[in-house]
Amino acid sequence: MTVTPTASDRAVASDSEKSESDVLLSVRDLKVHFPIKRGFLVQREVASVKAVDGISFDIRPGETLGLVGESGSGKTTAAKAVIQLNRPGSGSVKFEGQELVGLSTSAMRPVRRKIGMVFQDPYGSLNPRMRAGDIIGEPLKVHGLAESQVDYRRQVSSLFSTVGLSPAMSERYPNEFSGGQRQRLGVARAIAAKPSLLILDEAVSALDVSIQAQILNLLQDLQEQYNLAFLFIAHDLSVVRHISHRVAVMYLGKIVETADSKDLYERPLHPYTKALLSAIPTPNPIHERSRERIILRGDLPSPLSPPPGCGFSTRCPIAADMCSATVPELRTLAPNQQAACLLAGSVE
Amino acid sequence: MVRHKRAKYMTTDTPTNTSPLLQVRDLRTSFITPQGKIPAVNGISFDVNHGETLGLVGESGCGKSVSALSIMRLVPNPPGVIESGEVLFEGVDLLKISNKEMQSVRGAGIGMIFQEPMSSLNPVLTIGRQITEPLGVHLGLSGVAAENRAAELLEMVGIADSRRRLGDHPHQLSGGQRQRVMIAIGLSCEPKLLIADEATTALDVTIQAQILELMKNLTSQLGTSLLIITHNLGIIARYADRLNVMYAGKIRESGTAEQVYLRPSHPYTIGLLNSVPRLDRPLSERLDPIEGEIPDPLNLPMGCAFRPRCRWVTEQCKVAEPVLGQIAGRQSVACYESKAVSGSVGITLQ
Repeated sequence: MTVTPTASDRAVASDSEKSESDVLLSVRDLKVHFPIKRGFLVQREVASVKAVDGISFDIRPGETLGLVGESGSGKTTAAKAVIQLNRPGSGSVKFEGQELVGLSTSAMRPVRRKIGMVFQDPYGSLNPRMRAGDIIGEPLKVHGLAESQVDYRRQVSSLFSTVGLSPAMSERYPNEFSGGQRQRLGVARAIAAKPSLLILDEAVSALDVSIQAQILNLLQDLQEQYNLAFLFIAHDLSVVRHISHRVAVMYLGKIVETADSKDLYERPLHPYTKALLSAIPTPNPIHERSRERIILRGDLPSPLSPPPGCGFSTRCPIAADMCSATVPELRTLAPNQQAACLLAGSVE
Repeated sequence: MVRHKRAKYMTTDTPTNTSPLLQVRDLRTSFITPQGKIPAVNGISFDVNHGETLGLVGESGCGKSVSALSIMRLVPNPPGVIESGEVLFEGVDLLKISNKEMQSVRGAGIGMIFQEPMSSLNPVLTIGRQITEPLGVHLGLSGVAAENRAAELLEMVGIADSRRRLGDHPHQLSGGQRQRVMIAIGLSCEPKLLIADEATTALDVTIQAQILELMKNLTSQLGTSLLIITHNLGIIARYADRLNVMYAGKIRESGTAEQVYLRPSHPYTIGLLNSVPRLDRPLSERLDPIEGEIPDPLNLPMGCAFRPRCRWVTEQCKVAEPVLGQIAGRQSVACYESKAVSGSVGITLQ
């Protein structure tokens, strides 16, 4: 394994992967259920929270899949299950053709090198007692990716430049960085071990808009340069549209609609997607005043006792009687566009 | 349900002969820290008219929340000090009255809703107790009368089964419901002005839309003026009649929503509008962010505070800070180059 983080190395690596299979990550019928236990000495399982309830998606090399949904929809749990931080109850997660479900922690270690993670909170996800250089260099040490001390230092300073920070900052502690700079550190750490997939869990949500735009541009540059695939989790649909090639919308642990980004935003088919899109105010007063908006009733139902049939039926503006009787499956309603709604019509 | 319907005083477009409800004049609030003085609000002036919705927008640290706290005289002291200025509410300077008089303004004259409904509600008191408290203090209601009014208020903000809900504690409600309770408390004494400080920021988008619609409908029914403080440019575009854009403690641009969004004339406003991915426009390949970061408030640059990040910077910008000057109708900008900046917008916008 070469350690020079050049674009050509990555291109070679990704070419060989492409010949094996076109899909980098393939998730099938993934379920994560958390048991609820009662009792003091003898604990019984009385119920379970179906945080992720049978989701499937693919990510190809260099592609971004946006996973959107409101709090409690299961998007973060799904991401953790992909990297086996939450052990899925059932289903399959194949990464570069290798099945990850059921792998031991030690067998997961080489896989984790290839999947980087960036978290929401740039304050909570960096160790305040480590110097920035050590934080970024840690993956190199853990996975043995530096040949010598000189090589290690060279790689760390090159990572600093890649994310737009000065290598001279490597001696500083996280509290000496601004929020935007910390998120750059988080990105540098995530790409240090040259992964082929980055999981970005609300990675830009906590940032001010001017800084958020800088980080989004950085991520797009890195994707192009290294042919990185992204699993981009966010609740902000306008950010997801900007960065994603494909989008999956989650509600109560299920994917309710998935489509190419362009189609989903131009022609949403599921009533939940429609409501989500209409709920987002855009910075254009004329557009805002003329726009139809769908205000949903009520709150997200408790995942402890989801409604029978379609999970969205309690808030759905077009729900019919059959919606509370039948669980809708994802149906292909247009090329590359699937929605789980009994009432959504197909588009020619 | 709504007991006293207040007449709408004016529309926002007609210049008024009634004086504004709230007039903030050259307000300065600083925080004294061991490292030095932080001028959080550095001389801002604006009006809120009767029945209008005014937006105060800016990124973290720009001073928008401290402005609201200063109006309410809730700036923690120490370390915060309201150094100078006037806050005229119905002609009375709130910075000059006694603490006791101020207490009767808070709640009865000006209501306020904060971002975190969980931490602004007392976790050990019932919802009913928390709604009836201001009713007792300001309106002298007690016992059954207060309880009836509290149930009415809960119904008004869309909480079903309101009688029973009065006995609930905050943890028994969802985030959206808690914010509804905060609105009920904020409007309980029918204040003339409601300040909503990032009131929907912590909520999911579908809930955010519910709460904002509710707030807008109730305030227009009651004729209450609304001051919306947020970093979300979309919320302001949808709900505000006029807005002020703040940066580093000062208002940099102000005008009607149409003026500022369609013809932004301060480089910072343009930068903000170009930084957000927009659903109302075709997909662009790349965003055009503002370079650099917010300046250290302890060490603001000489001249214009936005100068280090500005694309239109000239020598003049280094010497003195530009003051807010009218450029058209009700639009004002604090920028020496506003003509050039405004003219460039056709390329970057629309």
